[in-house]
Amino acid sequence: MTKEHGYLDMDLLRFTTAGSVDDGKSTLIGRMLYDSKSIFTDQMEAIEQASKKSGVEAEVNLALLTDGLRSEREQGITIDVAYRYFATPKRKFIIADTPGHIQYTRNMVTGASTANLAIILVDARHGLVEQTARHSFIASLLKIPHIVYCVNKMDLVDYNEDRFEEIKDQLEAFSSKLEVNDIRFIPISALKGDNVVHKSTNMGWYEGSTLMYTLENIHISGDENHIDCRFPVQYVVRPQSTEYHDYRGYAGRVAGGVFKKGDDVVILPSGFTSKIAAIDTFTGEVDQAFAPMSVTLRLDDDIDIGRGDMIVRPNNQPEVSQDVDMMICWMSERPIMANGKYAIKHTSKDARCIVKEIQYKVDINTLHRLEDDKDIKMNDIARIRIRTTSPLFYDRYSRNRVTGSVILIDEATNETVGAGMIVE
Amino acid sequence: MQSYSLTHLKELESESIFVLREVAAQFENPVMLFSGGKDSIVMFHLARKAFFPGKVPFPLLHVDTGHNFPETIDFRDKLMSETGAELIVGSVQQSIDEGKVVEEKGFNASRNALQTVTLLESLEKGKYDAAMGGGRRDEEKARAKERFFSHRDEFGQWDPKNQRPELWNIFNGKKNMGEHFRVFPISNWTEMDVWQYILLENIAIPNLYLSHERMVFERDGVLLADTEYIERRENEIPEMRTVRFRTIGDMTCTGAVESHANDLEKIIEEVSATRVTERGARSDDKRSEAAMEDRKKQGYF
Repeated sequence: MTKEHGYLDMDLLRFTTAGSVDDGKSTLIGRMLYDSKSIFTDQMEAIEQASKKSGVEAEVNLALLTDGLRSEREQGITIDVAYRYFATPKRKFIIADTPGHIQYTRNMVTGASTANLAIILVDARHGLVEQTARHSFIASLLKIPHIVYCVNKMDLVDYNEDRFEEIKDQLEAFSSKLEVNDIRFIPISALKGDNVVHKSTNMGWYEGSTLMYTLENIHISGDENHIDCRFPVQYVVRPQSTEYHDYRGYAGRVAGGVFKKGDDVVILPSGFTSKIAAIDTFTGEVDQAFAPMSVTLRLDDDIDIGRGDMIVRPNNQPEVSQDVDMMICWMSERPIMANGKYAIKHTSKDARCIVKEIQYKVDINTLHRLEDDKDIKMNDIARIRIRTTSPLFYDRYSRNRVTGSVILIDEATNETVGAGMIVE
Repeated sequence: MQSYSLTHLKELESESIFVLREVAAQFENPVMLFSGGKDSIVMFHLARKAFFPGKVPFPLLHVDTGHNFPETIDFRDKLMSETGAELIVGSVQQSIDEGKVVEEKGFNASRNALQTVTLLESLEKGKYDAAMGGGRRDEEKARAKERFFSHRDEFGQWDPKNQRPELWNIFNGKKNMGEHFRVFPISNWTEMDVWQYILLENIAIPNLYLSHERMVFERDGVLLADTEYIERRENEIPEMRTVRFRTIGDMTCTGAVESHANDLEKIIEEVSATRVTERGARSDDKRSEAAMEDRKKQGYF
């Protein structure tokens, strides 16, 4: 394979970055882009100009690389989740860069919802602080499979090994309370470039990988669920042309498991059974389809199937219920209404729901359950029970992030007001 | 054990197909914006995949400034007749003739900004409730914060501070009467991804992207095609050079780069070695640091 064709072997890692205001998050992202040579000269010129204009620093401020909108630059803050891209010969990366303060929880939840990995920045001078606990909790709540704690600003603690070990112990003790499978710790200095892309010469005692090496090599193909077959029907393809007169295909994106031609399937909610006659794509039939492939299934039998239905295997079916318990992150300025009615979206299904019970609010800094606090406002996380107008076909969020997630929508404003992760 | 993993291009393709199918399912009257540039060509290719063996279930809309490269128009017409897609053309010239917009004057005159008016008018006329565009988040900093499903008010405006949160792959296309959505199915693609995919899938593109001989002149460090649509200053002398275009837009604001890349492999090599973003040759973005942000708020692509 020629060098130019190396990209055919590349895969995709989506990660999010979390850190409080002065942890150096923008500097870290700027450093990764800069040292991996993903910065273009005209972008460099633009930030050189902007650096001069803001007059804060004499040299080029790498953090400005990630500042987007004019209103953000003027206020020196980031308002919204921004997506950044870079690639190395091994992988393509998508960064969901979330701001450190305003509406923090809402933005981090959004950025974390599609991430395989979270980088959580910790200031070497301060160690584990309240915000670190919050970031870690959100990452575990959203079931991000891999968490990398970057202990930043090691240059300000004289690259001291004992300090790093002390913080690592703190973080390990705390994170044992969270459900995360893969946790790593890297001492870095984003400002000076230690252990970001290049191995630090100031921390000979550190024998682990640099951050970039970790990002390039972490194993992610096991992050998808390849066990429980779930195919939410998204769209029915019926060409009604002379060539494909009786063609009827069910288009969708595999949400879990591996579907093969000839498999027995059952359709929810009708309960009808059939077999997979073919798995179609534009370039022809394929033998199997797994998450997250977009394909079109044809079945042996002519059954009435539409958007919102789900194709599964008879011996492995999801929960089917109108009463669902979930953790919810609230995203609207209007607080959640007990007994309030909302529109709900779950995979390709639309329904309405009523909030039957607010069970407790979570103190996201201490992880304590606040059983008496039912006042759920923007950026709060709570456990609630809802009842839906028609049954949902779902798995626990911890089992499947696609079939275990929902959004709630305010029926008056049409705004997305809640992000729900199904517990049972 | 078998490994169930996708390459980055296949994963991006699958994501985009998912978004396109959501648009067809959630909206009553969607339309796909088509400029004849590589991004909209890739987006249209993905739409053909998404609904195969059915036809693409929405029309394409081209906002024609009247200052397009003739090669772009030829390419567009050929693609439409080959695929049987339905094309609607919104004409900036017509908006000018009807007095709805006033043409810019002077050396840097461009119809780029006027397109917004024609675009919004075409959307209103067709009663489209969703317009898909080939915008990518890596293109420009204002685009980095754009959603896949971007809500627009009844004036077509974008409010970057009041966007709906977009979680997982659950897209909320609910709206009130008169409002519409802009949808960006290839949001997560980079310029490099687009070129690699064009090569991988053997997708036809206008030959403007490949190296060719052309009369050009230099202005503010940008090579512009010598055309009747641009007024040259006295010291701007056109000469024959070997160039190609990295983006294709209106002739008046699309700069060429000197290049000998005459096939896709060479373009990919050039893109991976280049140190200037593709919009670096777009004089429309150079008007101010927040030029794109301002245009997007008003309803630009």
